[in-house]
Amino acid sequence: MDFLQVILTLDMTIRLSVVLLLACLAGLFSERSGVVDIGLEGKMLIAAFASAAVAYESGHVWIGVLAGCGAALLFSAIHGIASIIYRGDQIISGVALNFLASGLTIVIGDAIYNKGGQTPVLTGSARFEDITLPFADAVADVRLLGPIYSELISGHKSIVYYAFMIVPVVWWVLYRTRFGLRLRAVGENPASVDTAGISVYMMRFKALAITGILCGLAGAYLSTAQAAGFGREMTAGRGYIALAALIFANWRPIHAMGACLLFGFLEAISNLYPNIDVFGLFTIPVQFTQALPYILTVVILAGFIGKAIPPKAVGQPYEKEH
Amino acid sequence: MKLIKTLLGAAAIVAAASTAFAEGHGANPAIIFDLGGKFDKSFNEAAFTGAQRWAEETGGEFREIELSSEAQREQALRRFAEQGANPIVMTGFAFSSALETVAPDFPDTKFVIVDGYVDAPNVRVVAFSEHEGSYLVGVAAAMASESDVVGFVGGMDIPLIRKFACGYVQGVKSVNPDATVIQNMTGTTPAAWNDPVKGGELTRAQIAQGADVVYAAAGGTGVGVLQTAADEGIFSVGVDSNQNYLHPGSVLTSMLKRVDNAVYEAFTEGTMLSTGVVVMDTSTGGIDYAVDEYNADVFTDEIAAAVEAAKAGIIDGSIVVHNYESDNSCPVE
Repeated sequence: MDFLQVILTLDMTIRLSVVLLLACLAGLFSERSGVVDIGLEGKMLIAAFASAAVAYESGHVWIGVLAGCGAALLFSAIHGIASIIYRGDQIISGVALNFLASGLTIVIGDAIYNKGGQTPVLTGSARFEDITLPFADAVADVRLLGPIYSELISGHKSIVYYAFMIVPVVWWVLYRTRFGLRLRAVGENPASVDTAGISVYMMRFKALAITGILCGLAGAYLSTAQAAGFGREMTAGRGYIALAALIFANWRPIHAMGACLLFGFLEAISNLYPNIDVFGLFTIPVQFTQALPYILTVVILAGFIGKAIPPKAVGQPYEKEH
Repeated sequence: MKLIKTLLGAAAIVAAASTAFAEGHGANPAIIFDLGGKFDKSFNEAAFTGAQRWAEETGGEFREIELSSEAQREQALRRFAEQGANPIVMTGFAFSSALETVAPDFPDTKFVIVDGYVDAPNVRVVAFSEHEGSYLVGVAAAMASESDVVGFVGGMDIPLIRKFACGYVQGVKSVNPDATVIQNMTGTTPAAWNDPVKGGELTRAQIAQGADVVYAAAGGTGVGVLQTAADEGIFSVGVDSNQNYLHPGSVLTSMLKRVDNAVYEAFTEGTMLSTGVVVMDTSTGGIDYAVDEYNADVFTDEIAAAVEAAKAGIIDGSIVVHNYESDNSCPVE
């Protein structure tokens, strides 16, 4: 494997990680506030559809992104009403939303465009364009650093750069602001937050709203940046991998970025080198590489390496004492 | 009492209506599309086009279903057969095992399977010589390539798709023995037929390795391949349906697999259709390549002459394209 191939693999890693990263940060807010969100997949799917359809109709990608965030927010609100106000089972509500998104996108898409659930192909300003950073072409021939800058760092869609910029912001919000402190507290011990005179419901709804917006960005990235239009079931399980990354990262933002990059890297490897030959002794089948994110998560959960410590109150609906 | 009367009346109407429905639609043909969906702009869409053409020309009606999961395969087949649809056409090799169990249960129903293989007295197997068509577009790709590196993106990793790949490589090497062909398969499950995002990623990777023509034999996944090729300003080659119109000037040509003709013929022959293996190849027009106003600018006379010569060679037997499925191996890489 030569240098160019390494750059190529890492370049693909970045493109594939972004959607995981956004979804993972979305899940982080929700779960840190004590609401399990297995519905990341469904929120991304409905957002991907809404942003592709609206971007196509309006011709502007950012209007599409807004619509995607709106759709995911709506789904977040349903999840919140079911699991926070009515104290329903959070897993069931999330799974229900996944099914709802899977069916709705196809039915609505087929009704509007009559293309079996696909949206028409997006062109021009209806989708994200690659951004070439300054001097990228000028330094492309410089040894080692040239390709790193011009291939790996430059030439992505704008949303890719935003996604990575969001990570330190999330860290700052979570650990350095009053809101972050309350958010973490509400996921650990909601009763104490309630005693302090802060509404547990309100905190959880705020967290779910942020989850919705981030899921919206993730979905919009899929359909308007990575692809040029919506296709049915286009999230293809990425919401679940993001959830696995969240556990792998122990519900911490910077670690989440690392986990998403690792999982993206594994996906890139499985794309580029389906069957890896190990010194001619045996081959690692592509299925193994694809399953590795889940295997790693199970290993972490089982406590063999490190230990997954979820927020204490996660999954439990909060009931105010009377 | 009145309520019961109303209900009974309604039930009677429904019963009458459903009998009428069953009689009116009894001998209609039916078609089952595989997981890629009938709007995959490729294989399934070709089948749909053929069915549409039959409906428009004869004024007949046909029944259809798009599968959304593996589990529906046998169920859909059985239901159409029970409802009296005849003949029943299904698109895709994956129907083979389901049809094998269903066909003997309905000896009076004729089944047509495209790409699969089932040995039963009431089944017609339509087999295409995809290796010949892939050879032709391989010739075109090698002529159009300036970097001497071309790419291939397959759908699910199955012998049929390797047959496409092998024919393509042979075509490329016949023009330029030193050319490099980068091959990637999208996946190992039927989901690989409908993953345009991954198709696009694989294409980007091939472009970064120098490929300037990419051939997609991947159903709905191919949409992503063609899109990325157009974005990056390189050539692509479409498959099954004529995909030249998708990105004029970027799609060099399309390998045509006339699934539409196969479906059209099956529907036209109706219940009287003959069974057994029907081979559709270059000499019978079942396999071809597409030239139209959308690729006229890029499909130069030079390329056209080379491809036409290869086609003539295949028809008169002077060029023999190795069929991967005959021995599950490919003589060239």
